Amino acid sequence: MTTLKSQLNSRADDFRANAEAMRGLVADLREKTAQVARGGSEESRQKHLDRGKLLPRDRINALVDPGSAILELSPLAAYDMYGGDVPSASVITCIGRVSGRECVIVANDATVKGGTYYPLTVKKHVRAQEIARENRLPCIYLVDSGGAFLPEQDDVFPDREHFGRIFYNQATLSAQGIAQIAVVMGSCTAGGAYVPAMSDETIIVRNQGTIFLGGPPLVKAAIGEVVTAEELGGGDVHTRISGVADHLAENDAHALQLARRVVANLNTVKTVGLDVRPPQEPGYAAEELYGVIPSDTRRPYDVREVLARIVDGSAFDEFKQRYGTTLVTGFARICGYPIGIVANNGILFSESAQKGAHFIELCAQRGIPLLFLQNITGFMVGRKYEHDGIARHGAKMVTAVACAKVPKFTVIIGGSFGAGNYGMCGRAFSPRFLWMWPNARISVMGGEQAASVLATVRRDGMTLAGKAWTAQEEEAFKEPIRAQYETQGHPYYATARLWDDGIIDPAQTRRVLGLALSASLNAPIEKTQFGVFRM
Amino acid sequence: MFRKILIANRGEIACRVIKTARRLGIRTVAVFSQADADARHTRLADEAVQIGASEARDSYLNSGRVIAAAKATGAQAIHPGYGFLAENEAFAAECAAAGIVFVGPPVESIRAMGSKSAAKTLMEKAAVPLVPGYHGDNQDPGFLQREADRIGYPLMLKPSAGGGGKGMRVVDTAGGFAEALASCKREAMSSFGDGHVLIERYVTRPRHIEIQVFADRHGHCVHLFERDCSVQRRHQKVLEEAPAPGMTDARRREMGAAAVAAARAVNYEGAGTVEFIADQDGRFYFMEMNTRLQVEHPVTEMITGQDLVEWQLRVAAGEPLPLTQEQLAIRGHALEARIYAEDPERGFLPSTGRLVHLAPPPESLHVRVDSGVDQGDEITPYYDPLIAKLIVWDHTRELALQRMLQALAQYRIVGVANNVEFLSRLVASPAFAHADMDTGLIEREHGFLFPQRGDAPDQAYFIAALATLLREDAEVQARTPDHARGDSHSPWRLADGWRLNSQSERRLLFRYAGKERAVVVGYVPGGYELRLDDIVVPAHGELGGNGTLRVEIAGMRLDASVIVAGEKRHVFLDGHCYALSRVDPLFVSGEGQGVEGGLFAPMPGKVIAWLAQPPVDVDRGAPLLILEAMKMEHTITAPTAGRLNGFHFAVGEQVTEGAELVDFEKRA
Repeated sequence: MTTLKSQLNSRADDFRANAEAMRGLVADLREKTAQVARGGSEESRQKHLDRGKLLPRDRINALVDPGSAILELSPLAAYDMYGGDVPSASVITCIGRVSGRECVIVANDATVKGGTYYPLTVKKHVRAQEIARENRLPCIYLVDSGGAFLPEQDDVFPDREHFGRIFYNQATLSAQGIAQIAVVMGSCTAGGAYVPAMSDETIIVRNQGTIFLGGPPLVKAAIGEVVTAEELGGGDVHTRISGVADHLAENDAHALQLARRVVANLNTVKTVGLDVRPPQEPGYAAEELYGVIPSDTRRPYDVREVLARIVDGSAFDEFKQRYGTTLVTGFARICGYPIGIVANNGILFSESAQKGAHFIELCAQRGIPLLFLQNITGFMVGRKYEHDGIARHGAKMVTAVACAKVPKFTVIIGGSFGAGNYGMCGRAFSPRFLWMWPNARISVMGGEQAASVLATVRRDGMTLAGKAWTAQEEEAFKEPIRAQYETQGHPYYATARLWDDGIIDPAQTRRVLGLALSASLNAPIEKTQFGVFRM
Repeated sequence: MFRKILIANRGEIACRVIKTARRLGIRTVAVFSQADADARHTRLADEAVQIGASEARDSYLNSGRVIAAAKATGAQAIHPGYGFLAENEAFAAECAAAGIVFVGPPVESIRAMGSKSAAKTLMEKAAVPLVPGYHGDNQDPGFLQREADRIGYPLMLKPSAGGGGKGMRVVDTAGGFAEALASCKREAMSSFGDGHVLIERYVTRPRHIEIQVFADRHGHCVHLFERDCSVQRRHQKVLEEAPAPGMTDARRREMGAAAVAAARAVNYEGAGTVEFIADQDGRFYFMEMNTRLQVEHPVTEMITGQDLVEWQLRVAAGEPLPLTQEQLAIRGHALEARIYAEDPERGFLPSTGRLVHLAPPPESLHVRVDSGVDQGDEITPYYDPLIAKLIVWDHTRELALQRMLQALAQYRIVGVANNVEFLSRLVASPAFAHADMDTGLIEREHGFLFPQRGDAPDQAYFIAALATLLREDAEVQARTPDHARGDSHSPWRLADGWRLNSQSERRLLFRYAGKERAVVVGYVPGGYELRLDDIVVPAHGELGGNGTLRVEIAGMRLDASVIVAGEKRHVFLDGHCYALSRVDPLFVSGEGQGVEGGLFAPMPGKVIAWLAQPPVDVDRGAPLLILEAMKMEHTITAPTAGRLNGFHFAVGEQVTEGAELVDFEKRA
């Protein structure tokens, strides 16, 4: 293999300046992550603890194998939304290892609005199930939720991807042999009752977990029956009388031990058919990535500098190195797993798009997972390129990306604009996972370009109407557009809306990818059938 | 020489004899009781014969069965070890009658030394120095009082037939004599069925020094120098050494000659020990002669380079002694410590149980371990709770003490209480180190030997935490291949607590001496950061075999052992063992599953019996009533401990499914 040699001087001024800027972004990310990790208010957390319950993240810590990694998904979901008081969208989702098997864990946070489902709570829950389905990971639901958040019911209940989808997914996941395990550690009211009821195996905590279609107030109103929650649908009732739950636990800790036991009895074996090698750390420290990425997004840099700090032994065998050079393609390993890398190194031209399509075909043919490192302002425009059929060549790459069945992973390491997002496996192209770096930006085009386009249209209109438009007026027109794009293209805005699976510290990229790659290999790699390539 | 011998003993001495016999090409037969079916000596011997139940009187003390076993296996000789039948003249006679060689002295020698007063009379004739006293048959209290006044106070009263300190009385003044005499006689009568007592001068601050002798049937008799066994606990030897500190050549010759004279006086053959009481200025008096191999014989072996069991076998086979007195010499200094399953903190109460972990120090030219057990074996209540004898040798006493301290520090025992730490303190005590010895040393040094138990050192907590983390890591590593084929390098296997955009922190809680302390674990590259209160240390390490680990804590490298037994983490550190309890708030046993729901009729049926009389307190699982349904009898049991207040249905009554059968109150 070819070993990448860094051309950068880590003591250079711009390197240091870059590093400082990125450190600031990472520090902010960590701070915000720590902030949402606390969950609800101090008061509601204390109330939760006083009931003898564990906080949701502690439940997850106790559920996974001691010391093993937890890959949390979209911790900043709903960030700065709903008035800013629904940290992590009131549900924690992650991949964790339980009894030696990678599982998807979905844990309601009852300290946040009673664990009720906001629109983004539903979206996050459904996304976790999608991850479970694509990667064949058993699902463990740590249920502690009051059900739908009623004021937002129109965005929670009725549509295809709304609340009902959770249960649809449980049924169809179970049908695919993907275990559905529920641990009832609090309320499961109304629709929520179906989470444990639809599970393959269910554990409930005595004097704490409840499952019923209608709670005591509703029962009283409807039929005049006065009954306590425990009598109506507590752990004793459901494990002894109703059979809705299968195992009775004395407390949270006991319930989690039982869940570990359930997973231990799943009788599944992960079979990895790839040519795996012992992992090797890259030849350069991961923290150097901070200095690699220019703080000014318009400054170009060689993406190989990024690869050298992510892949095993900084070893990268490039494919078509001399052709379509604005796209870098080649083979490497991450944590020992072989991977094909497609990384932007400038704007996409016809040649680079064709090269990308070719390389994706290669990986699909060989069953090699694909990693897309997005830093793309778009495809080249202009008469020459349109005549040359850049739309046709771009479409080839988009087709290849869309159809390739090998596990695909996308990290937006810089800009993600326009059709470049499609060709580079944006969210719509169903990569198994998609993450953003804190410096990334995502929008249909750059803020400056959007402002210019709109200003041009505006100026043309005014010229037609015979009106004058001063440069000052134009600037006043463009400023809010730029501001809007800056806000909406920001990773916090994106991750809050679940356009990604989380913002990651660049220095953690390799580990995140390694964990995700390993998890993805729980599903056998399917053969790819490509669509029509426009030649 | 014999082709095959039987060893009528168990434990370390049986193993010890087997070892020499094997070296000499002699086949060995072990005898074992029920409790010892899988004991080390049973496993070690070429053949083994079960001779009865666990109680010694039904097995190891049953001479008929032992001799039958010897006959059945064709053993030519029986080595009795020490204890059990070793000094039983009847057994020696039975052996002779059965045509089997008894590896020990002639019957007459045993008998002659068996009665203390008769032995003293014999010794007096042979000019062996005796403690001034009266050993005669006149037991008239008035006469004895006069004898006592003649001998002088303080003096000692002893039952003539006794041993092991039973019935002994120290009398400080003439006025206390009559009462002590009466009580000594009473105890002698009840313990030995013989009220005869003897009187001796009581030596203050006495030392116990004994001489190893050996004689053959060809008229040779030598001594193999002395052993100092002054360190005793209630007349039980704890530490023995050779040579005796402060012994002069002249005195050694004098004592050796006296011991040889004693042996010759009873026409001795084989190994014997002549015990003397010595006062601080070196004067010595005959106490008794043990007509067997002593527990502490290894110290003599270490300083003479001889194998005393080999000598015993050669003499028993009729060979002359291997060496003459002139050929014997002392080289260096040896110490023996008896490792017992006993709890020094609780009055040396014997402890029984499984040796969950047993790692003696490695043997070398300097360190010898005579052990009767292996890891996993049981210490049963039936026999002496000796685990092993630890013997060390070096050129000088000072160096030997050093060796002993090191070896004790390496001794790791989990499963039974033991005296290893006590022995360490004893060896380290200034009195012992300076050889300021007498039989009262342990009582005198009580303050030093039983220090107040404080908290375990921080290091013990760090090591316990580190061991927990390293084991978790190993467990994750070990588990993966079972359900992940071709994924042996998965990053999920790393137990480094990785978290996205943050760091994980864990609390490992330990309890020691009634106090809980938490070690907070942070994961850092290549190891951990451990925090205990406000002390933060970097730590990493690796696991070795059998509970050992090599750790580096705050830049200090050391070897430790952490043995897990239940919730206990036995941390061995610098010769101490700290049994920390791991408090895992996440660990709960499965209460609540199982018999739950037994109070309701599982199906329609008929009550056919009440099994308890309410109101009554019952334990969990107690049968309450029998229900007949579908031609089957179902016993309804108590779901938890609680109180049965009454039955809702009479016997013979039909019940419907789900009917509550009894009035039952859970006990909180």
